[in-house]
Amino acid sequence: MAGGRVDLRIEADRIGNILLARVEGQLDLSTAPAFRAKLDAELDGGRNLKNLVLNLSRMTFIDSSGLGVILGRYKRISERGGRMVAAGMPNNIMRLFELSGMQKIIPVYSTEAEALKSL
Amino acid sequence: MNEDERVVVKLPSRSENVALARVIVAAFASRLDFTVPEAEEISVAVSEAVSNCIIHGYRNGPGLVKLEMAVVGGALEVVVADRGCGIPDVKQARQPAFTTVEERMGLGFVFMESFMDAMTVASRPGRGTRVVMRKRPEREAAKSALSEQCLPDQ
Repeated sequence: MAGGRVDLRIEADRIGNILLARVEGQLDLSTAPAFRAKLDAELDGGRNLKNLVLNLSRMTFIDSSGLGVILGRYKRISERGGRMVAAGMPNNIMRLFELSGMQKIIPVYSTEAEALKSL
Repeated sequence: MNEDERVVVKLPSRSENVALARVIVAAFASRLDFTVPEAEEISVAVSEAVSNCIIHGYRNGPGLVKLEMAVVGGALEVVVADRGCGIPDVKQARQPAFTTVEERMGLGFVFMESFMDAMTVASRPGRGTRVVMRKRPEREAAKSALSEQCLPDQ
C-alpha cells in the first residue's frame, strides 16, 4: 500500500470446473467492488465453472465489507449448485472468519492443493 | 508521552480513505506497546467505524469523517464521528447481523466491540454519530498489575 491507496490483486485460474482465485492485499470497502466484479466476470465467463477456491494466503487485511463480498460470492455459487472453499488463511483473517461464523459455511484448508482436492 | 495531546484528522467520506484512516490510527497507536495482533484488531475496528460513516452516515454521499486519537490513562482512545443522518435506534444497530444494506453482514459494531476494550455510540437522527473506542495494550496492563504487586508495604 502506498499513499493511502489500497492494493488488491486477484489472479484467476481455471482448473476443470474450478475457478481458483489467488487474492493478495486488502479487502475492504474500497476494494470490495473490484473483487466482486472480477470474480463474477470469471464465473459468468466460464461455461463449465461450478466451484470456487479462494487462496487467501497473501491477503493482509479483511473487515466486514470484505467478508460481505465473499459471502455474496458464496451465495451465487451455491445457487448454481457449486461449492466454495478457502485455503491458506493467515491467522488474522481466520479469526474474522470464525467470529463472523463464515467458517461454518465455507470450509477452510491449510493449502491450495488440499482445497482443490476437496472439490 | 503527552496525555493531553489529541490528534484530529478530517477525511473526506470516500471508501479510499478507509485504508488511510487505518494507517493513521496504526501510526498513532505505535506510541503504545501494542502487539501485532492487537494492532490488527485496532485496524479492523477503525475500518468498521469509518466504513459505517461512509455507508450509513453519509449514504455514500459527500461529507467529512472526523478521526480523533489520544492516549487516555495508558489506553488508546479513537473517536470516529460524522455529521450524517444518524442512527434512529442504536441498540438495534448494535445487534449482530442487523443491516440495512444488502450484501453487508451487520458485523461492524460486533467487530468494534470484540476488538476494543470499550465502545460507546452516541447518535442523533439528522445530526450524526460519534463512536468512542478504547483499547489498552495487554502488555501495559500486565506491567501495571506487576508493579502493583511489587509495591512495598506501607
